[in-house]
Parts: sequence; C-alpha cells; structure tokens
Amino acid sequence: MITDHLVVLQIIIPLMAAPLCVFIRNANVTWALATIISWICLVISITLMQQVMATGEIIYELGGWAAPWGIEYRVDMLNAWVLVIVTSVGAMVTPYAKSSAEKEIDNDRLYIFYAMLLLCETGLLGITVTGDAFNLFVFLEISALSTYVLISMGKDRRGLTAAYRYLIMGTLGATFYITGVGLLYMQTGSLNIADLGKLIPDVADSRTVQAALAFMTVGLCVKLALFPLHMWLPNAYAFAPSVVTVFLAATATKVAVYALVRVIFTIFGGVDILEAVQISDVLIAMAIVAMFGGSAVAIYQTNIKRMLAYSSLAQIGYMILGLSMNSVLGVSAGLVHLFNHAMMKGGLFMVMGCVVYRIGSAKLGDMAGLGKQMPVTMGAFVLGGLSLIGVPLTVGFVSKWALLQAALEKGWWPIAVLIVISSLMAVVYIWRVVEVVYFQAAPAGRVAVKEAPLMMMIPMLTLIGAAYYFGIDGTTTMDIAGRAAESLIGGLK
Amino acid sequence: MMEFPGQLIYWIVVVMMMMGFYIVIAQGNFVKKIVGLNVFQVSVFLLYITMGKVTGGTAPILADGIEIYSNPLPHVLILTAIVVGVATTSLGLALVVRINEEYGTIEDDDILEQESDA
Repeated sequence: MITDHLVVLQIIIPLMAAPLCVFIRNANVTWALATIISWICLVISITLMQQVMATGEIIYELGGWAAPWGIEYRVDMLNAWVLVIVTSVGAMVTPYAKSSAEKEIDNDRLYIFYAMLLLCETGLLGITVTGDAFNLFVFLEISALSTYVLISMGKDRRGLTAAYRYLIMGTLGATFYITGVGLLYMQTGSLNIADLGKLIPDVADSRTVQAALAFMTVGLCVKLALFPLHMWLPNAYAFAPSVVTVFLAATATKVAVYALVRVIFTIFGGVDILEAVQISDVLIAMAIVAMFGGSAVAIYQTNIKRMLAYSSLAQIGYMILGLSMNSVLGVSAGLVHLFNHAMMKGGLFMVMGCVVYRIGSAKLGDMAGLGKQMPVTMGAFVLGGLSLIGVPLTVGFVSKWALLQAALEKGWWPIAVLIVISSLMAVVYIWRVVEVVYFQAAPAGRVAVKEAPLMMMIPMLTLIGAAYYFGIDGTTTMDIAGRAAESLIGGLK
Repeated sequence: MMEFPGQLIYWIVVVMMMMGFYIVIAQGNFVKKIVGLNVFQVSVFLLYITMGKVTGGTAPILADGIEIYSNPLPHVLILTAIVVGVATTSLGLALVVRINEEYGTIEDDDILEQESDA
C-alpha cells in the first residue's frame, strides 16, 4: 500500500521534482510544481504525525535491508514534529515566493531557484527522517549546497561573499560531523542511530568516543549557529533574497538543532552524556552569551533583515538553553520553541520581504512612514515583534514560560532572571522599528507605496496568525513537545 | 598498544587535518581557502579508509582460498563523501569566479574594505 511508503515518499517526491524543474525551465510552471510538491509534503507529514500519535514509532527499511546493515528511516514523535515544522513553512513559502522571487532574482534563473528550494527542502526532510548517522551527513550536504546557491542568487553582490563564507564554515562543520561519525564507527561498527544508542554505553569511557562527541557537537553547532560559531549567519540572512531568508530562518537552523538533539539524547542517550562529560555547562554558558550578545548587537543594526538575523541568534540561545537543562521540562521548552520560533520569525521575515518588494530596501531609515502606507504589513510586524518579546497570548510567551518553569524546577534563579532580562532587550530593537515606521514622516522623495500583493500577504498573515493561535491555545504544541521530550529523556532511565 | 609506527597513519591524518584547517583560517585568498578545505576533507577520507583495513586482509572480492577481507564499508562511505567534496569544491570555485566578476578581487581584506564602504 502507498501509505506504507509515506516516509520515503516524503523525500523522493521533492528530490525528483527538483531536476524536473531544471528540464521545464518555465518560471511559472516550475513555481506551480514547487507549490504543489510543498503542499503534498505537508499533507504527508501531517499524516505521518497522526500515524505516530496513533500507533507509535514508524520504521521504514530502505530496499528491505534490515538495520543495522541497511539504511532505515525512523519516524517518532520528535521527527514527525520537525517534519511538520519544515513542511508547513515550505507550504507557506512557495506561494509567497512567486512575487518576491520575481522581484529579487534574475527572471531567467527562476527555475533554478525553485529547483534549489525543493532540493533544500529534500535535504532538511532527509536529515529529519533518517535513522542512519552517515545518511544524515549526506542530507546535511544536500541541504547545505542548495542553501549556498540560494543565498548567492540575490541581486546584492554581498550575497556572493555571504554564500562563500557560509560554504567554508558549513563544510568545516559537516566535515567535523563525519569525523565524529567515523570515530564512532571505529568503536562500535555501526552507523545506525538507534543501534549506536545501544552500543555506546559499553565503550563510552574510551577517548575515541569522547572525541567523536566533541567533533559531532562542534560540527552541528556551526550548522545551528550557536555563539561563537555564528559568524556566517547574519550576512547570509541579510543579503539572501527575502524569500530564501524566510525559508532558512524558519527551517534550516531548527533542523540542525534537531540533529544535535539526536546526537545528544539518542546516540549518546544511554550514558547521560550532558552530565558525564559536563558539556551541559559549556552549552548553557554559550546559550546565555548568545541570548545577550545576539539581542545586544541586534539593537545597533540599521538593516532590519540583519537585525532579525541577530535576534535569531538570541532565539537559538533559548533553544539550546532548554535542551542543555537535561530535564523533560527543559527539553520540551526547547522543542516547542523550534515550532514557535519558526512561526514568528518566518512571519517577520515575510514582513520584511513585503517591505523590500515595495521599497527595495531593508534599511531602517528607508522605512519611515510605512505605518500609514502599508498598515497591514506593519501591523503584522508589530504583532510578530510582540511575540518575539514574549508578551502573553503569543507563542513567544508559551515557550519562554516553559523555559522559566524548567529553570525554576532546577532551582536556577539566576538563569530565570537572565531569561527575563534578555527578553526585555527585544523590546528595544522592536521599538526602534515601530518608532521609525509609525512616528516619522515618509521621506519627501519616495513615491507613495501600497500593500504587497495578496499572494505575499496571505502566507505572512497565516504565519503571524499561527503565532497567536498556538499562543492562545498552546496545549497541542506543548503536549507534542512534551511527549517527544519524554521519549528522549526516557532513553536515559 | 600505542607503539609509534603502528599508529603512523593516524598521525598523518591529524597533521593533515590541522594543516588544512590552518590554511582555511590563515589564508586571505579565496582560492587558497578552498585548497585548505580540500586538504582538510582529504584527511578525513584517509581516516575512514584506514579504519577499513583488517590486518592480513585482502581486497574485499570474493575468491577461493581467501579467509580474511578488509572492511569495504568505509570505502563506500568515503566514495559518497568524495562526491560531496567535489560538489562543494566546484560550487565554491564557481562562487569565487562570480565574486571576482563583482568585486574585481578575491582577497578577503580587499573585499571587506569594499563592503565597509558600501
């Protein structure tokens, strides 16, 4: 039955559609194809989520070869959750892409853009479903290579250097990761993630395994842009075409966080590695520096896309802080923030895409007076900004509340205070934008602009709407994240 | 256990890895950085190929009278990694060509200078 193969179809459909785009070459047809494919992926991932909730873990053996010899795809609560995040953002981004990409990318290269977008989605979904540590590396590189191309496609030449710098950092990160996988293979003779989880406790004391952990953690931290390995991110987000920024900000770093979770809680799940090697202290320290550093630098940015990129660094700090608390509450706070941050940051970058579409600039000074001319778009920015700050009724509040509870459960008062203070820093950088947009008159030379096309407004409002819907009723998302966290931490006991 | 010549290949891997890493960090020329990246990646390929060797084992081709084979799996894995490395290198060089067209230079310092003006 076809439903048995949904797990692998999730990967194969976008993978096959990408070269098809290159053959078709017509911008409108490839756009339609990419949109249909991204919606099919969303339907598949929601179906998988329902299957997992009903019957538990789904295991799919590629070609019928049983693990640990063959490659298996394994979907449990956590994977299904990340799949839903990636595909729902993908399904919102493709309709949005049409107008935005026509404006910001050379029109005779649009078909390559859609091919790369589909490949990138393939890679991200592949990282998420695979149950094989080496296969994960391959998908990591598929998504990374297509990302480099996507970033360099804009008309701003700084996109090229941003893509180049990301290529260097990204390749170093991925190579670190396979070095780690190689060392684990030396010690255990297995590449299957679940199998490694069983074999590692026997050899955990060896220096080879500890070196492997170090290599994999550092490699993945480059990918997820944890301070101080974040240098590639701000320029890559600021100078990529807006629609690319939306997609990357909402998915790519989230999937890297997922990969890190798999390494720490599944591969090294048998030995409570956060305590054993005390990497938890290191991760917490870096997360807190990221929370403050990211927010502080964001305050001084004049390019708003860049400002939101620095704000992402701070938000990644919250996720890692939650994960490194090593408790069910902490991990579920980190996991729920994956989804919540994808919704609000995706929405905010879509707002910036609309602004760039109309005024051709993301500079704060150029946005003066937009509050009157694009009221809906700027209203969406304010709503998204409130969520970033963590005002009640928003998703930002749900995840920060969960994080605070997790910190208090551990009795870490100072960390709880730091979380609140760093949230307040978001008020400053959001307010700067609000002030310019609403209280300054439009510059004399600028032609009056109106709202962006409806095809861009609807996905933007949907994401911002989701940021409030799941903020007012956070039980569904918290429940899923909580169950995923329990299954991860449960592996320890 | 750790007799020096027996582990020589691992020393080579580590030295190569650090050399490549150093080139990536220290060189300001974008092409040289990619060369460094290649050295770095190749050292990891060597690590994988080395671990597949079984003492006394021969090439993993089924034949009469042979009992011990080397492990072919790491070699297969590294074929994939080589392909990824080639793709990364070609994409990186393509980007360097485009950067040269736009900036007229591929030196990190000059590009940073031009970007700070913009």
